[in-house]
Amino acid sequence: MNKHVMDEAIGETRLDRGTQGVIGKGAPRYEGKLKVSGTAPYAYEYLAGEDVAYGFIVPASIAKGTIRSVDATKAEAVPGVLTVISGDRIVRAASQPMAPAAQTIDGEVFHYNQPVAVVIADRFETARHAAKLVKVDYDAKEGRFDIAARTTVREPASMPMEPNQTRGDFESAFAKAEIQYDQTFTTPSYQAAAMEPHATTAKWDGERLTVWTSHQLLETAPGQLSKHTGVDADKITVHSPYIGGGFGSKLGLGPDAVMACLGTIATGKPVKIALTRQNVFQATSRRGETVQRVRIGVTKAGKITCFAHETDTTNSPGNGFFEPSGISSVFLYPGEDRIVSHNIVETDVLMASACRAPGEATGMLATEGALDEIAEQLGLDPVEFRRMNEPEVNPQTDTPFSSRRLIDCIEEGARRFGWSDRPKTPGSRREGEWLIGMGMASASRKNDLMESSAEIEMSPDGRATVRTGMTDIGTGTYTILQQIAAEMLGLPLDMVDVELGDSRFAPSSGSGGSWGANSAGSSVYVASLALIRELASRIDADAETLTLKDGHAISGNRQIPFADILKGEAISVTGKIEPGKQAEETHQASYGAHFCEVAVNVVTGETRIRRLLTVGAAGRILNEKTATSQCYGGQIWGIGYALEEDLVIDKRNGLIVNHDLAEYHVPVHADVPQLDVVLLEDRDPHASPLAGKGIGELAIAGVGAAITNAIYNACGVRIRDYPATLDKILAELPDDYLTAA
Amino acid sequence: MRPFEYSRASSVGEARTLGGRFIAGGTNLLDLMKLEIETPEKIVDITRLPLNEIKETGDGGLKIGALVTNSVLAADERIRRDHEVLSRALLAGASGQLRNKASTGGNLLQRTRCGYFYETSQPCNKREPGSGCAAIGGFNRIHAILGASTNCIATHPSDMAVAMMALDAVVETEQADGHNREIPLRDFYRLPGDTPHIENELKDGELIVNIRLPKPKAGYHVYRKVRDRASYAFALVSVAAIVKMDGSEIAEASLAFGGLAHKPWRDPKLEAMLVGQTPKRKLFEDVADALLADAQGQGENDFKIPLARRTLISVLSEATQGA
Repeated sequence: MNKHVMDEAIGETRLDRGTQGVIGKGAPRYEGKLKVSGTAPYAYEYLAGEDVAYGFIVPASIAKGTIRSVDATKAEAVPGVLTVISGDRIVRAASQPMAPAAQTIDGEVFHYNQPVAVVIADRFETARHAAKLVKVDYDAKEGRFDIAARTTVREPASMPMEPNQTRGDFESAFAKAEIQYDQTFTTPSYQAAAMEPHATTAKWDGERLTVWTSHQLLETAPGQLSKHTGVDADKITVHSPYIGGGFGSKLGLGPDAVMACLGTIATGKPVKIALTRQNVFQATSRRGETVQRVRIGVTKAGKITCFAHETDTTNSPGNGFFEPSGISSVFLYPGEDRIVSHNIVETDVLMASACRAPGEATGMLATEGALDEIAEQLGLDPVEFRRMNEPEVNPQTDTPFSSRRLIDCIEEGARRFGWSDRPKTPGSRREGEWLIGMGMASASRKNDLMESSAEIEMSPDGRATVRTGMTDIGTGTYTILQQIAAEMLGLPLDMVDVELGDSRFAPSSGSGGSWGANSAGSSVYVASLALIRELASRIDADAETLTLKDGHAISGNRQIPFADILKGEAISVTGKIEPGKQAEETHQASYGAHFCEVAVNVVTGETRIRRLLTVGAAGRILNEKTATSQCYGGQIWGIGYALEEDLVIDKRNGLIVNHDLAEYHVPVHADVPQLDVVLLEDRDPHASPLAGKGIGELAIAGVGAAITNAIYNACGVRIRDYPATLDKILAELPDDYLTAA
Repeated sequence: MRPFEYSRASSVGEARTLGGRFIAGGTNLLDLMKLEIETPEKIVDITRLPLNEIKETGDGGLKIGALVTNSVLAADERIRRDHEVLSRALLAGASGQLRNKASTGGNLLQRTRCGYFYETSQPCNKREPGSGCAAIGGFNRIHAILGASTNCIATHPSDMAVAMMALDAVVETEQADGHNREIPLRDFYRLPGDTPHIENELKDGELIVNIRLPKPKAGYHVYRKVRDRASYAFALVSVAAIVKMDGSEIAEASLAFGGLAHKPWRDPKLEAMLVGQTPKRKLFEDVADALLADAQGQGENDFKIPLARRTLISVLSEATQGA
């Protein structure tokens, strides 16, 4: 195993030399043709033409209580029903990311519409109908559904961050502060809402279990399924080659995977389960709602002296994961005395887990709104206020930043956007019945490098194949891994193949936390170096100075095709990246800035986004096109956070009321204007051998606040209770809304 | 979805005699059947019936076949020219894909989007008479502020029907016994009262065959739909307005509202208040106040009262200036 531990900053690499000239370019998606032609098989589409059975989940009709009995007599009597599985092996929801297994129900109901049983039948329609015939009796208990009630408050786990980080004496410092900002923000629950629902095809052949499922992180999947089924993990193979979006909701293994496996073992037939949209909303995971108190002490001159960000967020019994709203507050802004803290308010609602930039997505709605409010109070331009408060080192730990181009992003964005033309006072610019405003916000996303490995096999004709258990959730992983290998090995892109999403391949970081490109990409880098050493040794050349281009090794005056070096033999090497001292010695994050222009309807309070610009700096950009697309996605989700998304939990009974895409609103095309994304040239030699950092979730961070700050600039209405639906704006709109004749 | 018997009718007469739930585009009924909110035992497919033409009537009006799709109707030159409020309302609804499938008759019969109607484990008098109404005291952002009852506060989701209400459309049907009848749209829908599961005047086995628009209403046509996102969302409030001016006075006015009630809302007294008057803000405010005099919020939807007021005043201002 060739291993690179990130203990030291990386020097110049073959990626900097760019001999092949493919790294960073907007290469088209490796699997693009398959996807646009409908021939990339997704999990549910495997075993087409085989005799398979179908599963359908029976949901609980209460939110909390004990299951007294499950009567499947009527369901089992329906012709075509093979079995009804109930009992303790049924799982509550998806598993938490990297958890040993999903939580089983153990005779209890933990949330409304939790799975209670699963019907397996020869046809999907039969299973669906029979599921309605399963009669479940409960002893219902009183549940807890309202975060504000704070009925049960407990400590979070240390995932996904250390929940409580304090420094100095915030309370004293705040009491002495010249300006004391103290406001509370609320964000609702969210659904990840990936286009492809969680879906699985599972096949048990009496000895081996083969599973195709839509899953972001394969490494722990066989182990989890082993716990659920009793089949040895080494007899379980999990495939996830194509994924129609995950957004964190597929970091854990879906309940479909567990139940399809139970179904195929019980019936001996391959079983397919695709969750309905209602199942996805109620039986996978969601983002916890938050109540966030932000207190910032500032001098009259505009220097932040102390900073506190205290978050309540929800999760269900047995779940320590929490929405880490304070994740950027640890390092983004200065202040000698600090509090970043999180509490879990336990509720009897579907478990909360990772969803589209956990932490930043919700926390920066609060803090970036707070900064806008303070800047206004001080009479400072929000850009200037941020420039005045740029810390030199991580204010929590005094650790140096690895690279931080926040102010560059803000300044570049302000220049490109025409920020100087921003209306000076709210409500001062009107076009017909639309009030126009501009807002901005910072973006930051903590960077993580994860352990990851990849194999590269070079066949005798000089073609390379990259294999890793990594996944591509639509982000462009296939393509960037192809580009990294091609650049490193001096191969044209079409000489490099990439195979992903197979649990038998070298274990990888999986796709999550924006770490995938950097982690999996670095493993390909490490494997490439090993392969180059092998090639060099075979021609007695110095690996370091050997030039590789277009499938040839060039050393001195020799130019040798790879095929000639390989002499009919294939070479296979594996490389592994591990995080090291750099993660402790430097503070790593990606940075950016958002600028937004909105129009708020003076009659109705409807908001329309007119322009949205994001400038980002995330180290080396591996593929300009896929990186930009990632940012578009972040901007669009930001529109959802700012204006629309709200997973409504009925506080009386715990029901998720809007459990489909008709009433759970995510942005549609008409909500999204022309989007602009600019990526600054950046290298972060401390972050990875690629000198890159995570970008996937950077553009989500803060973008919603840029929108609501623009709403304030347009009409003078401050949004602290998200989303900014028209009713919250309407009440404060002026009465002179009629457009003059 | 409960198993059901399927048959396909080749004539209106056959559809009638086959008996069962009629299905055309299926854009609403199929979803409801999948969730077992609707559980018909028999389905009669009427998509092959010759009801997909838009014909001119002698008086300048149009007879729209019940199976004309929303896309075709919205794009029809005569609709766009003479009944433009209808075209606008159609295009403000659903999505291109849905409009390609949805029929004119089916659109009139859309069922509410109340979240509790859609959740079969919750009480709902509309879905299960006598079980109660979970929306009262629950999440009722999209619910009614006019004409609701203690049994049901649901709204009708159609945009098309709102415009047709303003256009004085007439529903032409064939009853189970073969007799034809005409029901003015303004009499077609029911308020929830004690029987929210009965939403309109159609009798068992009665089939909508045409929707007739009387001769074009001259004047300025507006369809203003206010919703929670820019497209593909049901109306919180919508206003269909047709206003004709005579010099500086309002000669004719026709108003209908969506998102406010169990049915597309029409209140002739508002129109009477406008006719013969000179447009001014005070007049519009009086009309809006008259519309909302009995309005009742349910908590989450209280904002609809000021929203409807402002929207109507703005629409009247636009329509009288434009006319």
